[in-house]
Order: sequence, then structure tokens, then C-alpha cells
Amino acid sequence: MEKNTILSIQDLSISFTTGAGEVSAIRGVNFDLHRGETIAIVGESGSGKSVTMKAIMGILSSNGKVNSGKILFSSAKEDMEEDIDLLKLDKKEMRRKINGKRIAMIFQDPMTSLNPVMTIGAQIMEGMKWHYKTPKKEAYKRAVELLQLVGITDAEKRMKNYPHQLSGGMRQRVVIAIALACNPELLICDEPTTALDVTIQAKILELIKDIQKKLDISVIYITHDLGVVAKVADYVAVMYAGKIVEKGLVNEIFYEPKHPYTWGLLSAMPDLDTNDDKLYTIPGTPPNLVNKVAGDAFAPRNIFALNIDNRLEPPMFQVSETHFASTWLLHENAPKTEMPVELKARVERMLGEAKKDGE
Amino acid sequence: MKKYLLKRIGVSIVTLLAILLILFCMLEFMPGSPFNDEKLTADQVAVLNAKYGLDKPTIVRFGNYIKNMLTGDFGVSYTISKNTPISTLLQSRLPISIRIGGQAVLLGTLIGLILGIIAALKHNTIWDTLTTIISVLGVSLPSYVFALLLSYSLGFKLKWFPLLYAVDSPLNSSVLPTVALCMFTVATIARFTRTEMLEVLGSDYMLLAESKGISGPQLIIKHALRNALIPIITVLAPLIVGLMTGSLVIEKIFSIPGIGSLLVTAIQSNDYNVIIALSFIYSAMYIGIILVVDILYGVIDPRIRLAKGDGNE
Repeated sequence: MEKNTILSIQDLSISFTTGAGEVSAIRGVNFDLHRGETIAIVGESGSGKSVTMKAIMGILSSNGKVNSGKILFSSAKEDMEEDIDLLKLDKKEMRRKINGKRIAMIFQDPMTSLNPVMTIGAQIMEGMKWHYKTPKKEAYKRAVELLQLVGITDAEKRMKNYPHQLSGGMRQRVVIAIALACNPELLICDEPTTALDVTIQAKILELIKDIQKKLDISVIYITHDLGVVAKVADYVAVMYAGKIVEKGLVNEIFYEPKHPYTWGLLSAMPDLDTNDDKLYTIPGTPPNLVNKVAGDAFAPRNIFALNIDNRLEPPMFQVSETHFASTWLLHENAPKTEMPVELKARVERMLGEAKKDGE
Repeated sequence: MKKYLLKRIGVSIVTLLAILLILFCMLEFMPGSPFNDEKLTADQVAVLNAKYGLDKPTIVRFGNYIKNMLTGDFGVSYTISKNTPISTLLQSRLPISIRIGGQAVLLGTLIGLILGIIAALKHNTIWDTLTTIISVLGVSLPSYVFALLLSYSLGFKLKWFPLLYAVDSPLNSSVLPTVALCMFTVATIARFTRTEMLEVLGSDYMLLAESKGISGPQLIIKHALRNALIPIITVLAPLIVGLMTGSLVIEKIFSIPGIGSLLVTAIQSNDYNVIIALSFIYSAMYIGIILVVDILYGVIDPRIRLAKGDGNE
């Protein structure tokens, strides 16, 4: 693991035992995250984004099983050896050493993720008291500071409130305060703005970005909203059917996408200049992962699919130092295929706008 | 909260009075009198009626009765134990019934909660199945079947506990009736706890608590159980009342000198005052328990407490 890397997921594979059979939800995921940076994991529902995050947090549901792989985590805090494989820790060690203390998570729906019978003050202070035996007075002071940090006015008064007395946006701020209570080094945001209305969404994103800068923490975003990605991420990993199909710097993914699935995702994103009557959608549905996937999982939905896609899974091809994509189109023997013309036009338009903004 | 409390207590008192009225009327319209002895002449009956105030108009008797009830004077027994004030009759019997019922409620709730929590935590394992079997048995078998089973096995065969209740060794001899009584509570509470805990364990806030690093008893009790308790308390109130009526049979089997057996005797011998006094006490207990449960809701669930006008939003 490189010195600057905080999290390195290697070859992660997870399956779930269900009534319908064994579902291979994660089929070999690899990515690295550097300290202080932000990675966004994009993909449609069921692509395995949340499962990967739950594996990092050690909160997989009981029917989930890690088949192979490593989740290496390196902490800059004292009292921990260099790199540890989170998958090797048992539940107890995980809760004691990692959860909340080093890696914290923000959940999708703030309406249900706070305990309804505890005051928000108690919920923020709980982690500090639990991990560090912080005295009550000190914990109280810090909780008030945290509430102020996440932009809640009259923090002192709010400490005594219960979740049902706060609005959705406020609750998400409280969830963020809870996550920050023990100074984590890595913050996982599982679609933190999906359940909020649009005006609040931008504010919460700004807040997370702000806090990241102030506290110098690394962030993993899970989202299916490409608008969010463009706003917050340094790196992007595109997931499809339990695998990362393309990853790279945010500009590389937005302006030079190589994987047909990424092309589809970008084309399906409406913007102000979309004046067609119909919004582009990727044809078909994701594969059922109960069945073994032969070849490229995306092939049946891919109009650019080659013959080999149906037989052999494509390896990761390196496009640039930071940009990788898993598609046979990048093989030297593959026919030269460019992204669809409409998308190309849009990318150029976006590039133009970005340039204008830069000036 | 205070305003709400006063209102709830007021409603409780009105309910109690309404119950008194109903009880009184039911007995008024019932055929027969306490003085059914054929040897008594009409004159003698009239004298007796006058002595006990039964010749006065209904409304006057009802008014007198309420006044007496509220001052703790339940009148005298007509037939069971002639001329003994009912309060004296109750004095020795009520504590015994309340003690055995209370023991059963406490024991049953405790075991039920533990079983339910284990079943939920070990969902879909042998422990879960075992708890479900206990629950089904406990709900479907009436308490007197357990009473007989326990008497035969632990009492008669093994001679661990006495077969009958003895006033001089109240603890040892109340073990069998307590266990027999609490089975239904155990089963019902275990079933409810399991369902509620399973739902709570799958909730987002449990995931958040776990991702904070909380584990062990603090996670189970502070986060899970406290949320699961709200619906469990709802079933607890009728269960407690169920124990009071269930104890009629149990008191007979173990010959416990409680108020359950007193009620049966009173009904058989048309002893008006005793019936009314006991029904009144049962109703008062029921209303009292419901009041306590309502207040408990508020203590456990802030959403209810604050909706009652203490909130600041």
C-alpha cells in the first residue's frame, strides 16, 4: 500500500444467501483512496455500491459473506499498527477500533437513521463517551460545537430536542455531527442527499465539502446522481453489476469516458441544453446476479458489444496513469469505437462551459 | 405533561363512577335476594331489608353506596360471613392475590423479554424455534393445565414445593401458582418482544448506532429494547388484568385465600356487597394500570410526551 493511501480495497467479492440462491453482489472490486481526497462511487441501484460500503463498516447483513479480498486501512492516529485488513477484524474489534472512531458513515434517509427516543445531544455524545470515556461536560461542549459546525442555530437548545422535532435537512446535519463526533479519518456518505429536497441538497453537499477541507478527512460518496459527483469528487468509480467498470479522475470520467456503460450513464443525465423530446435511457435491465455472469455483464445491453464480450470478461485496461476501464473496446485489436455523437457534442459543450468558468 | 396527567386522572374517576353505576344496576335487575331462605316469613324479610337499607329507593341506595365506597367502607357481607365488614374480609385476602399476581407479572415479563430478545438476536436458529414453541404452548394451554402439571410433577412426584398454599410460608408455597400464572404472560411478551425487536434491529438507526461503534448490552438495551418496548407495554395492561381473572381458577386449585375465590363464593351466594366491592376493585385496578401505562408511554416515547403540549415546536 502506498504511503498516502488511507483505504485500499483489493479483489473484494461478496455474496448473499437468499431464497432464490446465492447472489454474487460484489464480484471483484478494486480501488484506492488517498488521504484527504474524495472518491465517488456511481452506479444504478443494485450495482453493489452500498454493499461495498457496508463491508468497510462491518455492518453487512447476516446473510452476507465475504468470499475473498482485502480492505486495507491505514490510520494516522496512534494506537494502531500500520495497515490492517478490516475484513480480518472480528465484530467486536471492528466496533471498538474502527466504527465511529476512524471510519464514520452518513446514511441515506435522515428521517429514519436517528434513534427516535434519544435526544440528539445524547446521540452525538454517545460515541465520544463510548470510545474515549469523555466526561459528560466535555462531551456536551464538543457536541454543541459540532452542532454549530454543521450549521445548526441555537445548538444548546437543539441538544435537548428529539429527532421528530427537526426537519429533514436539520436531521441530516445532526447525522453528520454524529459522524464527526470522534474525529474520523474517513467519512462514508451513502447517498446523503437523496432523501432531501433540492434546495437542501446543495447546502448539505457544501457542508460536507467544507468540513472535509477543515478537518482534512477522506470521503467516499455513494450516489447515482452525476450532478453530485461533478460537484464533490476528485475520483470517480463507475460500478456495474458488482464490479468497477471504469475509474479515473473526475475530468477523465466526464470528458473522456471509455466504457460504454459510462457513455450510457452520461447520456442519460438531463441538462439544461437537453431539448430532445425523449431522454436517453440505457436499454434493458441489469443482470440477475443469482446466475453466473459469463463474459462482460454489460454486454447484453451494450450496442457496442463485441463477440468476445459474451465469452470472456474484459480486464482493466489502463488509459492514463489514473484512468482505467474494463472494456474490450480498449484492446489493441478491437475496432476503433468512439463515444456516441450526441454525447460527444455534450462533452464538448461541457468543456466549453468549464473553460468559460475558468476564465 | 401536568395538564395531561390531571385530565387522564379525571377521566379515570368518571370511568370508575360509570362502572359503579353499571354494576349497581345489573344487580338491581337480577332476580333473587340475599334472603332466599324459605324459613323466613315476609315480615322477617322486610325487617332484614330495613336493617340493611335495602328498602330505600334505588337512587338513594346508589348515592349512599358511592359515598361509602369513596370513604373505603364497602359495607357488610350478607351471607358469606354474616355482618363482617367487607374491608375486613379483603384485608387478609387482597394482599395475597396482589402478591401472587404481581409475582407472576414480574416473572412473566422478565422471562418473556429475555426469551424474546434471545429469539430476535438468534433469528432463524434453534433458539428462535425453541422460543416460538414455548410461546405457542404458553398461549394455547390454559393456566390450570400448567397448574395441574406443576402440582403433579414438582409438587406431588418430586415434592419440591407444597401442593397447597400455606399462609405461614407464603414464599415457598406461592412458587407453583406464580409459575402457572405467568406462563401466558411469558408466551405473549416473548412473542411480541421477538417481533418488535426484529423490526427494530432491522431499522436504520440501529445501523447508525452500530456504525458509531456501539455494541453489546448498550446497543441491545439502550437502542433496540427501548424502541421495542413501546408496543410491548400496550399488551402488558390487558395481560395484568388477565392475571387477576386467571387467578380465580389458580386460587381454587392451590386453595389460596385470595379475592378470586372470594368472588366465586360471593356470586354463588348472591352476596351483593361483596360482588360490587370486588368488581369495583378489579375495575379500579384495571383503570389504574391503564393510567400507569399511558404515563409510561410518555416516559419512554418522547414523541408522545411532547405531543401532549410540552414540546417547544
